[in-house]
Formats: sequence, structure tokens, C-alpha cells
Amino acid sequence: MSTSGRISIAILGLGGQGGGVLADWIVQLGANNGYVTQGTSVPGVAQRTGATVYYVEMIPRGGPATPLLALMPVPGDVDIVVASELMEAGRAILRGFVTDSTVLIGSTHRVYAIDEKSAMGDGRASGEKIIQAAQTRAGRYIGFDMDDAAERAGSVISSVMFGALCASGSLPFARDAFEAAIVSGGKAVDANLRGFAAGFAAALSNPEAGIEAQHIPAASSAAGRELQSRIHARLPHEAHYFAIEGVRRLMDYQDTAYADLYLTRLESLAGNADLIAEAARHLALWMSYEDTIRVADLKIRDTRFERVRADVKAADDQIVQLTEYMHPRLEEVCETLPAGLGRGILARPRLSALLGRFFTKGRHVETTSLRWFLTLSILASGRRWRRSTLRYQTEQARIDAWLDLVRSAEPEAALELVKCQRLIKGYGDTFERGLHNFTQIVERHRAGGLTASGIARLREAALADEKGDALQAALAG
Amino acid sequence: MAERSFKAEVERLKIGDGEVFEGEGILAVTKALLQSGVAYVGGYQGSPISHLMDVFADASELMAGLGVHFESSASEATAAAMLAASVNYPLRGAVAWKSVVGTNVASDALSNVASGGVTGGALIIVGEDYGEGSSIMQERTHAFAMKSQMWLIDPRPSLPVLVDMVEQGFALSEASNTPVMLELRVRACHMTGSFVARDNRRPPLTVAQAAQSPNRDTSRIVLPPANFLHEVEKIEKRWPAGIKYVQDHRLNEHFGTEQDDIGIIVQGGLFNSLNRALELIGLSDAYGNAKLPVYVLNVTYPLIPDEVQAFCAGKRAVLIVEEGQPEFIEHELNTLVRRANLDTRIAGKDMLPRSGEYTADVIRQGVAKFLRAHAPERAPVEVAAEAPALPPTAVPQRPAGFCTGCPERPIFSAMKLVQKDIGELHVSADIGCHLFSILPPFHIGNTTMGYGLGTAGASAFKPEGKRAVAIMGDGGFWHNGLTSGIGNAVFNQDDNLTIIVDNGYSAATGGQDILSSKAKTPQRSTNNPIEKAVRGVGITWAKTRTRTYDVAGMRDAIRDALTSPEKGPKVLVAQSECQLNRQRRIKPQIAKAIKSGQRVVRERFGVDPDTCTGDHSCIRLSGCPSLTIRANPDPLRQDPVAHVENSCVGCGVCGEVSHAAVLCPSFYKAEVISNPNRADRIRQRLRGWVIGALQRRSARQIAARAF
Repeated sequence: MSTSGRISIAILGLGGQGGGVLADWIVQLGANNGYVTQGTSVPGVAQRTGATVYYVEMIPRGGPATPLLALMPVPGDVDIVVASELMEAGRAILRGFVTDSTVLIGSTHRVYAIDEKSAMGDGRASGEKIIQAAQTRAGRYIGFDMDDAAERAGSVISSVMFGALCASGSLPFARDAFEAAIVSGGKAVDANLRGFAAGFAAALSNPEAGIEAQHIPAASSAAGRELQSRIHARLPHEAHYFAIEGVRRLMDYQDTAYADLYLTRLESLAGNADLIAEAARHLALWMSYEDTIRVADLKIRDTRFERVRADVKAADDQIVQLTEYMHPRLEEVCETLPAGLGRGILARPRLSALLGRFFTKGRHVETTSLRWFLTLSILASGRRWRRSTLRYQTEQARIDAWLDLVRSAEPEAALELVKCQRLIKGYGDTFERGLHNFTQIVERHRAGGLTASGIARLREAALADEKGDALQAALAG
Repeated sequence: MAERSFKAEVERLKIGDGEVFEGEGILAVTKALLQSGVAYVGGYQGSPISHLMDVFADASELMAGLGVHFESSASEATAAAMLAASVNYPLRGAVAWKSVVGTNVASDALSNVASGGVTGGALIIVGEDYGEGSSIMQERTHAFAMKSQMWLIDPRPSLPVLVDMVEQGFALSEASNTPVMLELRVRACHMTGSFVARDNRRPPLTVAQAAQSPNRDTSRIVLPPANFLHEVEKIEKRWPAGIKYVQDHRLNEHFGTEQDDIGIIVQGGLFNSLNRALELIGLSDAYGNAKLPVYVLNVTYPLIPDEVQAFCAGKRAVLIVEEGQPEFIEHELNTLVRRANLDTRIAGKDMLPRSGEYTADVIRQGVAKFLRAHAPERAPVEVAAEAPALPPTAVPQRPAGFCTGCPERPIFSAMKLVQKDIGELHVSADIGCHLFSILPPFHIGNTTMGYGLGTAGASAFKPEGKRAVAIMGDGGFWHNGLTSGIGNAVFNQDDNLTIIVDNGYSAATGGQDILSSKAKTPQRSTNNPIEKAVRGVGITWAKTRTRTYDVAGMRDAIRDALTSPEKGPKVLVAQSECQLNRQRRIKPQIAKAIKSGQRVVRERFGVDPDTCTGDHSCIRLSGCPSLTIRANPDPLRQDPVAHVENSCVGCGVCGEVSHAAVLCPSFYKAEVISNPNRADRIRQRLRGWVIGALQRRSARQIAARAF
């Protein structure tokens, strides 16, 4: 606050998050409580999901002349920063709005930017860095998940931020003055007051975001207990978490014998604990490859129906109907057939073309209808003869070849080869692209014995772009 | 229907003498126009002036009541040409648009009206879209004022000053027979504040009355020999008259001390930032009591030689704080100082950056540099900047993008799919929301030449084999695209494809209605189909797709157009309503229907986290804000899974995209039925029995083989 008693407040947010509403409330609050108050904003393109800054200044009424208020926050001269999202708090710090005399009130939730979302792997920016900077740079930092608080209060984030601002005590107004501003706004007053109260309470308790410890589930069946003790006996401690998760997954995916095969394969890998741990993760993922049987199985489970109801926020008296967007191509259909039959069809171009005609269009599968539920149930029951399918045989051969290669490689290179499984994911074209990238890297390794860092570099390149330009350049380089 | 309604605020425009008006800058301008007895108002929307047009539109009833004519002009050129009404008659008129682009469009008419001069006051309100939040090229309106000799007002950001300058602007225009431009910077348009109002005034003469008794004066028409006389008139009569008015009415202001050997001259619009900069240096306070003389140019063109001379006399150095380039004012100041035979050193761009917005922080650094050079004893102590707490890379950029459920997104998803088949296309983009296609995740669009110029931007391409694609919005189409783009393509026998995005509004500027809008409004003629218009100018291959969300259909239509054996320009009208406007319209209706017990089906999409493998192809093809990512709940997987947020409006594009691109089976559509009817309930019960029994059985099987 300057010597004139002026208070400057910058609100950083994304277009459409209600920063304008918050700014209006603050302007009302100041104007109704003895302050000359001015708010400004930049509408337009910034509102279309881009980042934007609202700015409010207020100065006690009755000064010697008409005060001159700024239209934009000045780095180093902002008393209060309110950020509606974690990276926007980061942007405020980056722009120099946050100093040791600034109260920074920021939501810790994330609204991911397009580059973070569209990365082929994990493109998320580090939130820890921002929180750390907020804690060290701001005079005071009040941070909690305001989006979550708003949702639980059945309100919007702007009212939670307003509540947090009130609780921070950084404005010289009483709580009822804040609430009066909401009431005089006249829109969704009840919900906004609820959000305000939630924000007020949360800011006072200032909960620390805790990191959940790895929770290792306990075995519930005799077969599970047997496999669990085998893991404990034969695998290094570091690998237990992933191995137990792997066993759990593969029992669900197929049966105990399949989980047993998983552990046998893991045990066959001599090497350090890091390698076994990563292999436990990636082998389980590869062995639980997503075939039509698995997809059908997951789609019809009662647990999934419940999850969807919660996700779409359906009330008890509402009916939820589900439609899936499925596009099985002839390849996927043949892969689910007995190996000989599937291979036979795919080997005959004319027959493939003829049959392929039935599988060119995507299907709208209404899982909640009896017809489609039964169809998917039958498909899911294919689990029993999965071992005879073409896909099973293909994948097991790929897995064995991969493990052979890992066993023959130097320890560090072996670890990187294990991690390359990450490239193989998705369905249809995406799956083929990933597998192709994986194969290229592995072949290159076979041909020239890549170093560990060389493999890692190629793997990163494979995740850099969809067309594979970076990978081709890296392979050529 | 515009993005924001000002109906409630418009009521406040009716207040009279002595009452205090509270509101935003644009509302203050509207009130000032009414207080000035304006007879007609026009303009074209665009940031930062969009809301001004929306205020006018919402106030049209009030204006009609006062005998003021208002129209939403078809373009800035149309609006500028309207000022013709002030040439022969003592009618005050105001037009508004976004500058500098709108001024470009209007410049033909502006040159003409500036040449012939005006009888009634003509005010051109330009929203200066410069600096942070700007979406256009960084140029100065100042150049237009200079070349056509129109006066340029750049009021300091204060509502009373703004209101005063509107009224003075009309008087200045009349006193000097010259159109006057009033420049409003982005944040000034939306700055809140208050001023003491005066009564609204009916125009002494209305446009209707003027048309009743026409008046003709050929000496006002730009034709030889009158045009040569206009130039003389500008120099000998209008210029001195303008200067005299500005001087007599003290439109420019002085702050700070009177005597000093240094001083600062500043554009009015930057004064608050300058004062804050001085305050931070310790040379001013919150009320503008500067410790050195400051001369505030509320009128930045023309400069007033006597005032400049008086200010500079006795000063060693004067800093001119002038944003943008070239530094026209600095050049002129140097000339004036030289002519006055003063030794004053004019400092400007040698102290302040040549480019970029002059924020208070930038000005603070510039003033400090100026003081160090010319008054070192008053210069602030240099402090080393603190090391940044974060590297810039720690915070991701947020380019603007299509809104949730935007109907334009699937058009570009479809284009991406077509490019997969037939290779990369040359795409001539246009101005509008659809220009976001050049940004991630679409990366579609090679150039953009101006509003409605998408097709014209492709006209040099006479392809052999592969056709070029032009994009145009419905707003740009009606602005000028029909003639400059489509007509031109027909006439020159182009063979390209133009995709016209018809979302029912001039959406990027805030959802104003246009000729092809579906809404029926009493004051406008709407529902004029774009396809009919293009056929009217000679297009033979024209198709309209009424649901852009059908990605496969869009893909096939685009592919057809690009591979059709038919020669000649092709037009594909891609129609679906702007979702931002649609949601605003239907949300209250739905809430009401649910409340009253009616059966309502809400659709939204979702992603199953257990089948999603975290490749994000769907995001690269869609880019919807509601389609985001979240930490993978699967302890084995590392990459975040796709996730649909509750803000989803159920447009269906993610499902359609995953179908058309054969992506993945993780997407589902959930239809949530509120207030289900009898048939719903019976069907649900039946399904519940069968599906429930089967699910219980399989749950037992899963439990039996569980860990």
C-alpha cells in the first residue's frame, strides 16, 4: 500500500473464468466503503480462453484532489494478486507483480495449456516450481484448490476467490461488506455466497497440499497371497509396488496363470533393482494390451457405470444412457479370431477387402441398451479363449523378443530399452505409429548397439511429433 | 444478440443535469454523445470498441426517442461515408470502429470527408488496439490524422475528461470544419469511474429534417478544381481555426510545477501511467502534484506552436512520452522548437523504447534515463534488478483458442483429416475466431491479409493439380468478402475452394447480428442465406453443410470440393451456431424447463481412464477447452489421460473425431435425462434387471480371479 492509502489489486485468470465478475465485486466493495475505485480489463481475443489481467485500484475518498489511478498493474507495485489458476500465479510472478509486500492469493488447480495437453506423452509444466516461487517471493501466499472448493460448494471460482480475499485481511473491509457486494451484484446470490463462505474458510485453514503415499493393496485371495509372497521372496524391494500392481492387473485381465507368466518373465531378468522395477511396470502394461475383449470387458462393468454417473454428475433421479464411439477395423476383428483363421483372412487381400467393407464405419454402441450390452458381454467373455487369438500370439512374440533384447543389453541400455515400451499405446493408427517408432529404435539398437543416452534421446524424439520428423532426424543424426 | 447486454446500464444514460453517472468508459462516451445533441451514430464492431457498438444497439430505443439515427454499419467504410451527412448540414454525427484496421478500411471515405470538410461536427471514435491484448498489427492512427489533416484527441484516462473531450470534439470540428478523431486505448474503454451528467439534448436538426430540405454545394465535392481549393482551405483556414479553438478552450492541460529547466510532454492517454512512473521515482503523488512541469496533450494532432514554445522556453531538455512509431510528435516538436529558436533539447525515443506498449514500468525506466542525462541530481538511485524467481519457460503460453463446443473446430479437424489423405494445403486464412486455426493444435493457415480477404488472399494461386483453400467468416463475408473475394474469384476464373464459416453472428467481435443471422430482430433484416448470395454473383459449385459437428461429413465435403472435376471457384458454407451465443441463449431455457418438471436430455462426453492410453491424438485433432488431461489414475501408466470436464456442452465433436480418425474407443456420450417420463422409467427398469443381473454375475467372476 502506498503512502496515499492506495490499494492495487491485479486479477490474473483465463477468459471465461469469471475474473470480470470478481473485479466488479471488488470495485463495488471499494466504492461502497469510502474509496475512489477504478477497474479495468482487456476484453476481446484474450477472453477466448487466453490469459488476461483485470486490474483494480482504490484510494480513500476525500483526498486533496481527484486521484489519478493507473490502468495497468505496475511490476513491483501491486498489493494484492489474485490468480485463478496455478500457472497464472506463476505468470504474475514472472511479470514481476509479486514482491515481498504482495499478498498472493492463488488457486492451486491446473487448467492445462494446449501445448501441455497435446503432447504425445506427458507435457505438463511443473506446478511445484510455481508453488515454491510463490512461497519464497510473495509477502504472504494463500494457495488452495479453489476450483475444487467451488465445485464442492456448488458455486463458481470467482466467489471462492472473493472469500479468500476477504479472509486474507488484506483489504480494510469487514466480511459483511464483501457479502453486500455479492448481494448487490444480484446474480446467483445464494450460490455465490456459498462459494464465498467456502473460500473464506479454506483460506483461513490454508490447507497444505499433501502428497499421497504409495498405497500398496493387500492380497484378498489365496492365489493373490501366493503371488504376493513370491514377489516378496524373489524380487527386489523397489520392484514390489509395480509388480503387485502388475499381478493385480493381469489377474483381472486374464487369470492367475497369466500373472504367473508375468512373474516368471520378470524373474528371468537379471539386473539391478531399477531395471526390475521399470520392467515390472512396462511388462504389465504390455501384457495387458488393449484388445477388443479387454475394451468390451471394461466398458460393461458395474464399477464403470457408477464412475460415469459420478463423472457426469447425474442425480439419483436422473437416467444416464451411454453411447460408445467404437471403430473396430477388420484388423482388430481378425486379431480377436483364432490365430489361424485371423491370419488366413488378413493374408488374402481380396477376402480382406470384401470383409473390410463391413468395418469401414464407426459404430455408435449404446452400452446401456440390452442389445449392445449383450453383444459386449459376449465379446468380453472371449477372455476364455484369448490365448488362442491372433493378437495374443503376436503380442507374446513381441514381448519375448523385447525381453530377449533387454537381457542381452548392457544394464543401462537395458533400462532404457525397457522404458521404450511407453511408446506402444493407443489403438488403430496411433498404436501402429507407436509400434513402428518402437521397432525403429529397437532395430537401430540391434544394428549398432546404441548407448543408454542414445536410446533415451530417440525415445524422446519419438514423442516429439506425430509425423515422426524428429525421430527420423534423430535416427539420421 | 451480442455477447454482453447493456440494457440495464442504458437506463442510466437517461439521467439528467447534476446527477452522478457511474460506469465504464464506453458508457461515458455514449452519454457524452447524447449530451452533445448528436443527430446520427454509426460504426462497426471490433475490440476494443465492440462494447461501444453494443451499448449503441441496446440504447437504440433511447436514441430513437431523442430523434437520433443509429445504425450498425456494414463496414467501417460504410460508417465513414455516413459522415457525409455532416458535410452540407449542421448535423452532429459520430462513428466508431477498431483502429488501425478499421481506419484502413474507412480511409477512402475519411480522405474525402476530410478534404471537403464538414459543417456539422463529425466525430470518429477509434478504439486503439495497441499493446497488451491487441490482436492486430502495431500501427498508429496518428498517421491517418496527419495525412488527411483530421484532428486527433487522445484524452487522459478520466471519465470527466473523456466526456468533456467528446463535447469539445464536436465544437472543435465545427469551429474548424474538420472531422475529429477521438482515440480510446483498450483499457480506457473499460475503465470504471464517474462524472456529473448533463441533460441529454435532442439534435437541433434531425437527419430526417435535413433530408426534407436538401442543400447542395459543389465546392464541397472532391473534383477539380474544388479539390485544389480544399488543400488551400485546409492550410489557410481550417488549420489555424483548429489551433485557435484548442488553445482558447485549453484542451491541453498542465500538471506539476510551473518553473523548471526540464519538463515532460505526454500523450493524454498515457498520463496516468506517466504519473505513476513519476510517483515511483518520488517525483509525484497520487493526485498528480508532479515536482516538474508536465504538459498533457489531450489533442495530439495538431500541436499548438504557442503552447509548445511557452512550455519549452527556458528549459534545457524536455522529454516527450510518445507511444508507437514513427515518433511523429517528437519530429514535430523538434521542428517547432527550431522554428521558435529555442535551445531546448527534445528527448524521446533515445530515452524510451522505439517499440512496444508504454506501461508505467517502461515509462519509469525512460524517465529515469532522462533524469540521469539531464538532471542527474533528481535521478533515482539505480537498483539492481532482483533475479527472476522463475524462468519464462516455467509458465506455459496460453494462445487464444476456440471455445468449448465451438462449431468452427470440427471444420479444421476435418481439414486436418483431408490433409492426411491428399497432403498439405495452401490455406489463405481470414480475420475472425477461425483464425485460431493457425495456432496449436491445428496449425492450419498460411497468411491473413485482412477482414473478409481470405479468398482474395488465395487469388494469386492458380493451381494445377492441387487447389488452394481460403477461409472466410460470415462477418468478413458481409463486410466485403462477397465482392472482394467471391466476386473477384468468379470474374478471374479461380479454381480454389472457399470455406465460409457461418456461425450466425459476427462472433469474434462479440456476437453481433449480421445479414445471414438466424435471429429475427425488429430493427434489422436477417436470414439472408450466404449460399444464395454467392450464387447471385456467379458461383455454380456451392454447398451448405448445416452441421459442422459431423466431422466425417465435413471431411467428405471438403475432399469433394478439392477433387471435383468441375472448374471454377467453389464455395462450401459450413453452418452451425456460435456455441458461446447458443449457450447464453439456451442455458436459462433449459434450467427453467428442468425446474418446471419437463423431460430434458443433457448430453455430455466423457473419457474412460482405463481404456485411454494417454497419447492425446484426440486433443491434437480437437483442442476443445473442455477436453483436457488429468493425472493417470493407473499407477502403472505415466502419461496423463484425456478427460472431459463438466463444462462440456455435448457438441459431440470428440466422439465424431475419434470415429472419423479411427482413434480410440475411450470416448462415450452420456445422455442425462432429467424428469424421465413413463416410457423412460419402464425401459430403465427392464434394462436394470437384465444388465444388473449380468453385471452382478461378472462382478462375481472378476472377484473370483482377483488378487
